[in-house]
Amino acid sequence: MGISHRMSRREFCGAGAATATALTFPLAFPLPAFAQSSARVVVIGGGFGGASCARALWQIDPKLQVTLVEPNRTFTSCPFSNNVIAGLRSIEKQQFGYDKIAASGVTVVPQAATTINATARTVGLADGTSLAYDRLVLSPGVDLRFDALQGYDEAAAAKMPHAWKAGEQTLLLRKQLEAMDDGGLVVIAAPANPFRCPPGPYERACLIAHYLKTKKPRSKLLILDAKDTFSKQRLFQNAWKELYPGMIEWISLSQGGKVNAVDPATNTLITDFGNHTAQVANVIPPQQAGRIAEIAGATDKTGWCAIDPVTFESRSAPNIHVIGDACLAGAMPKSAFSANAQAKACASAIATLISGGSPAAPKLINTCYSLAAPDYGISVAGVYQPKNGLLADVEGAGGVSPADAPRDFRVREADYAQSWFATITAEVFG
Amino acid sequence: MKALRVAVGIAAAVAWSLPVLAASDPPPGAASCSGCHSPGATGTSSISRLYGRDAGDIVTAMAGFRDGSLPATVMNRIAKGFSDDESRAIAAWLAAQK
Repeated sequence: MGISHRMSRREFCGAGAATATALTFPLAFPLPAFAQSSARVVVIGGGFGGASCARALWQIDPKLQVTLVEPNRTFTSCPFSNNVIAGLRSIEKQQFGYDKIAASGVTVVPQAATTINATARTVGLADGTSLAYDRLVLSPGVDLRFDALQGYDEAAAAKMPHAWKAGEQTLLLRKQLEAMDDGGLVVIAAPANPFRCPPGPYERACLIAHYLKTKKPRSKLLILDAKDTFSKQRLFQNAWKELYPGMIEWISLSQGGKVNAVDPATNTLITDFGNHTAQVANVIPPQQAGRIAEIAGATDKTGWCAIDPVTFESRSAPNIHVIGDACLAGAMPKSAFSANAQAKACASAIATLISGGSPAAPKLINTCYSLAAPDYGISVAGVYQPKNGLLADVEGAGGVSPADAPRDFRVREADYAQSWFATITAEVFG
Repeated sequence: MKALRVAVGIAAAVAWSLPVLAASDPPPGAASCSGCHSPGATGTSSISRLYGRDAGDIVTAMAGFRDGSLPATVMNRIAKGFSDDESRAIAAWLAAQK
């Protein structure tokens, strides 16, 4: 298996015929391994969810034909990209390739998936070829909604970066902060729920403030929020006071924080209560599931994907499973940790379904670290299980770091944040 | 000859299915651990490796995290989501991983 290997039309028709034969006489073969051996699973999206799932599928059963469809040759991680924005880390440390995944037995196809035929069970690729599947996993992440904020389209994002997909946008925001004069105003516009990485905007505020405090101490940072509450709120607000007194101001929804429109020509953010003109404007727009999920018929009217909490199979598109930020995972937040945990549970469920079994109810964990400063970490954790058709919090478990913890506790959590990143990226890409 | 073929077939089938069962059967919750706890050498990580650890030690730690007798940053919050039985199943699975 290699990165560029792809079955020709004839080859995959042959594979399909073999599967059809196996499925026609399942009772003639008492060994489920036979059916597994020819089953094809295609995974679309090579982020924390999709890459984890492809790997886990192959590890559970090396006889599965697992194909990972991802157009980018390099993955750039969003977790820890706020450190790049703050000048604390190079973008290269955020980047990972697919060579190890390809070498491990997963076929990596560097193409964009453009169409899905759920009846024929095929995925059409940008180069005109297609892939057949028995089970399809979608892990497309989020698409930014360029129709949601008046004036905020892709061209506007080149002036007012979202930096909510890591890479060029991350570097653009970094460059703008470096170019800003001391005494400038940085504005972060944070969206309503749900969105990718709920604590992300507030960690970003902290780390940008860390940079400003060090290099441009007369500057200010304003958060315009479309919400009245946010993840780890008390911990963040305590950290702002403790570490960056007078520097960060948060304007909630009810205080008029919701940005309705932007004017990229003047770097102005417009709310019901007035206009804010920024030297650096970071506009994080509302989001929805990646486009391929809609093409697959897996999205509902919210723009996200409702799933079965045991198998992650779409509520509307049979044989198509959705994991990671794109799915509606109940109480689980849209995080890299969640995507990775869901990927492994989904892979187990798919392997069980393919072998004719009934998947057991999973139990899932999420842990999200945020850095208020390089040596000041805070976390939120949760344990989840299926309940009433959703992934629900296990009561009594989870929660955020203690508000009154001593500073060495924050130091340790900052250290664990780094360790988490090293571990999860090694598991997924290493 | 026919008997031998059958025997070889069964042996192959068992050999084939065993690793599948071992890998596909993490009890509920166990697969999430490796998000933080590296399955391989921990390298520079400050977070302990759990694969191959003594199952009794893991169960004792989880109980200590749960009742607060063992100080923790985040494991106290996570351990409260698992019963003794679940912890034992997870510990046994982790201990069996190489």
